[in-house]
Amino acid sequence: MAAESKIDPMHQFQISPLAGNLDGSPFVFTNSALWMLIVLALIWAFMLGGMKRQLVPGRWQVAVEGVTGFVTSMLETNVGPQGRKYVPWVFTVFMFILFANLLGMMPFAIVGAHPFTVTSQFTVTGVMAIISFGIVLVVGFWKHGFHFFSLFIPHGTPKVLLPLIFLIELLSFLVRPFSLALRLFVAMIAGHILVEVFGSFVVSGINAGGVMGPAVSLLSFVFIIGVMALELLVCAIQAYVFALLTSLYINDAVNLH
Amino acid sequence: MDLASAKVIGAGLAAIGVGAAAIGVGNVFGSFLESAIRNPAAADGQQGRLFIGFAAAELLGLIAFAVAMIILYAQ
Repeated sequence: MAAESKIDPMHQFQISPLAGNLDGSPFVFTNSALWMLIVLALIWAFMLGGMKRQLVPGRWQVAVEGVTGFVTSMLETNVGPQGRKYVPWVFTVFMFILFANLLGMMPFAIVGAHPFTVTSQFTVTGVMAIISFGIVLVVGFWKHGFHFFSLFIPHGTPKVLLPLIFLIELLSFLVRPFSLALRLFVAMIAGHILVEVFGSFVVSGINAGGVMGPAVSLLSFVFIIGVMALELLVCAIQAYVFALLTSLYINDAVNLH
Repeated sequence: MDLASAKVIGAGLAAIGVGAAAIGVGNVFGSFLESAIRNPAAADGQQGRLFIGFAAAELLGLIAFAVAMIILYAQ
């Protein structure tokens, strides 16, 4: 293989300070913070546009009501009538992940901006997962006290197996926030790396010239279009899965078994 | 074998797990479709379970991917 420009797919996930530097204070305005604010502004604009409470809803209001109704019905089917209390958090998580994922997929590089996917950082998804897990713990112990531990003992467990089952269930319970956060951030990283690598194939194919170079470029380009469509689907699915699993875990805390 | 080539081989081996998870995800959606066509009326009520199965199968593939990335890029 001839010497060529090295592909660095991890560069897009680097957090760089926009003002000040990272050496001194930990409170630095970074590109991650900037894109989080952009996500917040977009959600705000989306919600404000649809919260006019018109009697005959326009298209925008129908869109907003569709999302809120979707989250509410998800909680009602999974948790029951008590689930409405948890709509604010699940809705926040769903909207934030959905908007951050989709914003990270947007081709802002065409106009020179450097896009950044907020949800591709384990710290961001980890904090959201820990809050979800914290809600489960607080609600569980608040509602059931130490009876909450019966969550770890399925009905009809033989006495002999009790300690083993308890340990396994406890382990699978404790690993939940980790798996919740890992799923989202790795799915985002994987998609972006794939697009980045094949995008660099397009460029280096054109640079290579000849007959094969542009052919490879064209092939990679068509592939990227397919991957992009798949990634848009994954963006929505990951937001849905995060919200769904959060509501399932809340169901465990509210109703035990 | 030096460390650099061992790293690349290890990452490639870890990528097998991603393919295995692809089989799992295909299995989840395939079985769902198979039974949803038999009883379309009950299909919509099971979508939550469908995505739980999908999430569980996908997570293992993503962990394999994370392992490959750690092998490749961790110092």
